[in-house]
Amino acid sequence: MEPLTIAVASGKGGTGKTTVAANLVLSLPNAQYIDCDVEAPNGHLFLHPEIRERVAVSVPLPQIDAAVCTLCGACAQACQFNALAVSRERVLVFAELCHGCGVCSYVCPEDGAIAEVERCIGYVDQGEVRNGINGQTAFAQGTLNLAETASVAVIAAAKRQADPGRIRILDAPPGTACPMVETVRGADYCLLVTEPTPFGLHDLELAVEVTRRLGVPCGVVLNRCDIGDRAAADYCQAQAIPVLMEIPFERGLAEAYSRGLPWVEAAPAYRARFQALYQAIRFRRSRN
Amino acid sequence: MKELTIVSGKGGTGKTTVSAAFASLARRKVLADCDVDAANLYLLLNPTLRRQEDFYAMRTPRIDSALCGQCGNCQSWCRFDAIGLDFHAGYVIDPLACEHCGLCALACPDMAISMEDHICGQWLVSDTPCGTLVHARLGVGEDNSGKLVTRVRREAKRLADEQGAGLILNDGPPGIGCPVTAAIAGVDLVLAITEPTPSGIHDLQRVAGLCGHFSIPLAVCINKHDINAENSASIRAWCDASGIEVAGEIPFDPAVNRALVARRSVVDCDCGAVSTAVTRLWESIRARLDLD
Repeated sequence: MEPLTIAVASGKGGTGKTTVAANLVLSLPNAQYIDCDVEAPNGHLFLHPEIRERVAVSVPLPQIDAAVCTLCGACAQACQFNALAVSRERVLVFAELCHGCGVCSYVCPEDGAIAEVERCIGYVDQGEVRNGINGQTAFAQGTLNLAETASVAVIAAAKRQADPGRIRILDAPPGTACPMVETVRGADYCLLVTEPTPFGLHDLELAVEVTRRLGVPCGVVLNRCDIGDRAAADYCQAQAIPVLMEIPFERGLAEAYSRGLPWVEAAPAYRARFQALYQAIRFRRSRN
Repeated sequence: MKELTIVSGKGGTGKTTVSAAFASLARRKVLADCDVDAANLYLLLNPTLRRQEDFYAMRTPRIDSALCGQCGNCQSWCRFDAIGLDFHAGYVIDPLACEHCGLCALACPDMAISMEDHICGQWLVSDTPCGTLVHARLGVGEDNSGKLVTRVRREAKRLADEQGAGLILNDGPPGIGCPVTAAIAGVDLVLAITEPTPSGIHDLQRVAGLCGHFSIPLAVCINKHDINAENSASIRAWCDASGIEVAGEIPFDPAVNRALVARRSVVDCDCGAVSTAVTRLWESIRARLDLD
């Protein structure tokens, strides 16, 4: 069986996605961590990677040649994102609103009036994690530039760094909107990290719905399983969603996390638990 | 009228916990949950739904297979890999990949693709014991979350004007992307809730950068400050050096979780030092916004 791509997602933020993803990747040989939470990438704070390469992520942006443009307005009319406006003297381009779809150049009747230039909206870092097993854990991370909105393009670029020869762990952004969808799409399995509170359960239900629409099988990690109610566990049972790991709250682990120390280093017994988690996922995938 | 948005960068630092407490403490306010893809504030506020409206944002393409001549233009023009070729169904659109730009419809020589209205969520108005709440439900896997946030804020503004409210309290989304930008644009103050962990600090700095970019005043609250005293001190030092007010600090206490499970805000049940700290935080924000 080929190495799996596992997305770690949650719906609700702060339930422990990055913690689970980082500890999982540190427990597995020949693995790769890919941070797809490009608005708030945090895995590097626990994995301390050595970055070897940084690649800019760009999207195409129309550039209007005023000498050729007749101000006909076809581009602004066709743009669904209100990224173009025609004034009396020129066409204004609002870069932050542009999705780089190419409609404007398609509809422009004047040859050469619209050219596309590349606009940088973020970057992808690539490197290695030295505290991983056998010292060969690969690392990639997407980062969205401040005041940019096109998270999905940066996530797609980060995912293109996936090394098919390794187990890939994708750390997803919170929520259930397009950035989370882009991350989970095409993964072999989705681990949903939740906590036993009404917030955790509510957002877990939404996240489960996304994974079902994407056709990605999912299982749950119940974090801080002892400081809430049973509702999340009951929901999983009713929905036949496997709870693959339960992690009790330990103030010591929370403090280790606050010092940037992954659990598998603060409490090495966790390494075997995370290895078992991967085996459980593999087993479930092999039956499908 | 003043408008306050509570954000965090990193998720799960306590935005909604603080928002629910402020909802209980503030007078003459309208509440808006701007976290439209994981809306949680209503879970603590015992709401009665008063109004529900469908939200249409961008139109979505539909291929009429009877008209489609299978030329493949749509697929080759689409920059988002949203059109696939199915052996039985012909060309099909993947709604989760589509960005709704409409290029496929323009590029189709057979006029087989039409752009159709599409409901991507609902916005809702509810009555709660703490006042009117405007909230929303984004459809699963939908984009347009920024536009829905803007719609929620517009309705909250309208209701606040109607009620003569002194404050609009927005519970914001995590991150720094399009829904966050939509939730903080033009507000009087952003309160960022952080925690003394490497992620909390890192994401606070990203949020501060975003507020700086849009010139929006920012105050900070350190939640669970006693989990790591050293990190809390460095957050305070960083805020001082950046000219950002630390408006409050909240200790860690499992009682907060018990309050959430009981669906109560931390100032409506006994959460000991947490209740006191959140009340003091509110007093400091109230003074800064010059509210009654």
